[in-house]
Amino acid sequence: MSKITMVEAVNLALDHAMETDPDVVMLGEDIGVNGGVFRATQGLRDKYGFKRVMDTPLAETLIAGISIGMAAQGLKPVAEIQFMGFIFPTMEQLICHAARMRNRTRGRLSCPMVLRAPFGGGIHAPEHHSESTEALLAHIPGLRVVIPSSPVRAYGLLRSAINEPDPVIFLEPKRIYRASKQEVHHKTPLLPLDKCFTLKQGQDVTLVSWGASVKETMEAASTLEQHGVSAEVIDVATIKPLDMETILTSVQKTGRCVIVHEACKSFGAGAEIAASLAEQALTVLKAPVERVTGFDTIMPYYRMEDHYLPSPDDIMKAALKTLSFH
Amino acid sequence: MEQKELNPIPIYQYLDAEGEVIERLPDWTQKKEILLGYYRNMVLGRQADAKAIALQRTGKLGTYPSCLGQEAISTVFCSMMQKDDVLIPYYRDHPGLMARGIPLSDILLYWGGDERGSASEHWGKDFPNCVPIATQACHAAGVAAALKIRHESGIAVCALGDGATSKGDFLEALNLAGTWQLPVVFVINNNQWAISVPRTIQSGAPTLAQKGISAGLPSYQVDGNDVIALHEVLSEAMGRARSGKGATVIEAISYRLGDHTTADDASRYRSSDELQQAWSKEPIKRLRTFLHHRGYWDEQQEQALIKDVSQQIEQEVQTYLNTPLPPVKDLFDYHYANMPSALKQQKQEAELRAAGGQNHE
Repeated sequence: MSKITMVEAVNLALDHAMETDPDVVMLGEDIGVNGGVFRATQGLRDKYGFKRVMDTPLAETLIAGISIGMAAQGLKPVAEIQFMGFIFPTMEQLICHAARMRNRTRGRLSCPMVLRAPFGGGIHAPEHHSESTEALLAHIPGLRVVIPSSPVRAYGLLRSAINEPDPVIFLEPKRIYRASKQEVHHKTPLLPLDKCFTLKQGQDVTLVSWGASVKETMEAASTLEQHGVSAEVIDVATIKPLDMETILTSVQKTGRCVIVHEACKSFGAGAEIAASLAEQALTVLKAPVERVTGFDTIMPYYRMEDHYLPSPDDIMKAALKTLSFH
Repeated sequence: MEQKELNPIPIYQYLDAEGEVIERLPDWTQKKEILLGYYRNMVLGRQADAKAIALQRTGKLGTYPSCLGQEAISTVFCSMMQKDDVLIPYYRDHPGLMARGIPLSDILLYWGGDERGSASEHWGKDFPNCVPIATQACHAAGVAAALKIRHESGIAVCALGDGATSKGDFLEALNLAGTWQLPVVFVINNNQWAISVPRTIQSGAPTLAQKGISAGLPSYQVDGNDVIALHEVLSEAMGRARSGKGATVIEAISYRLGDHTTADDASRYRSSDELQQAWSKEPIKRLRTFLHHRGYWDEQQEQALIKDVSQQIEQEVQTYLNTPLPPVKDLFDYHYANMPSALKQQKQEAELRAAGGQNHE
């Protein structure tokens, strides 16, 4: 069985979802003949036709809006926004309509749509292409925000997102689109939403991350291991709603927590996790919760982006800081 | 160049402001049932509107947007819709909603601050009210695309105000409807005012309908206070959508005789002369005069209708007022089909708080 990359796993998940359910349709800019700018939808137009794989006009508000219209009538649209930086025109549609269709009609209509977008820095993209603004979306009641960190999880989570009866924002960390390969195929299991994944067991400190930062977090955990520090690594995967139970269970064991994300430090998902730990785990914490994050600055253009993104060394130092706290 | 030279859109009108016939009438008007149906619903819409405002003034309804003066538009397009069609309304279409079979009690429940007003089975697959401006135009395009993809027979009908035509959502939806040839009719209720901003400031285009032309869509202007003209134009547009020929834009010209909402005071920004002039063109009196002239209607029928409508409204108002508050759990139960565990915890806290119990350990 051959191994595939994360972007290929996204493609396979879309393929299998469309094969399984005739109500699944796809729409977005350049997704048809071109197969998407990252090739996530490559080959699907040929296989499923233009009525199920739809190139739209260049209009993000429209893409979100028609997805809502389609979803409320029983289709399962999977929309692609080419980059997260272009997601902002969709926000009114997502917040005012997608997120609340079920609630405002008491379940008479719902909005089983998925909105996919590549996000994050590290690929030397132009301005507006590299931000991580997942917290903006995670703040909205009614939405789910899901972020895979490997080919297997991209496949399993995207299939589940498409099956979910409510709107899911599926953010794909493009920095690791082709960073690693795993075996993914028809029998690869679907993965639960709203659940964290414990990637590595440990006793001394809990490292919590998601998306592309999981890569650096795992590297830091390996280095810590060499220094005799046993780190537990948790991939949050679903940012909203947050599975605090898994994080709490881990922190109750280790007593220490480092949260790692690319997004700005303030008011982010890391702040939410830290606040929940303060509420629910204060008595077991042996050290203050550390955050290793991007800065509260605009994401720099690519010449300086390495100075913005958290490195394995940053993560390791933060972990050691929690261990040396008295 | 004078503006009128830029106006490529004809205006359809059969009845003048006094209800006199100014064009050869279509054959269907010889059967009075359709016209009487419109008239009944418009009278119901106006009486219900007055009642809703009275309820708001006495603290029994929240902020409410009046449909006074534009009862004809939604009455006609909703009456012409079929069961499998999908209505994507805007927030001033109350007469149309009732023509579509949605009880007044649902409408009052919604404006009375209760989500269940958009929940009953009477709504079918129709969309609930849309408060953000023009966002529903994209939903309508999506609905129409879904109908087309699934080879379903229905069409989408989307209502908007004149202010909505200034928004990107409107133009993006029209653009898609043109390129994908979608079965949708966009009806602009041009009531001349977007709160305090008059039509003259809203757009430099001589007509709002012509925005459809840029999207490649057939686009019409129609006297929105003239049910015969509305019926004719809508009939053609809906027929086009049903036969797979694509979308149409209709600008129905009317006038908002009331305030924007019960929280507004239109006398701050518009003259009483203008308002008085608009009253002389209002749709109900116009149709009543026509019906009288044709021998379709008399004073006795009018009195009977008023009595009937009053009783219906009173009944619906009582249904609304007697609807008990929903349980606190309803705040939580409909955000997600699969409720997240953190929300379950907040639900318990809210129920405890509502029961007067401790909400802190």
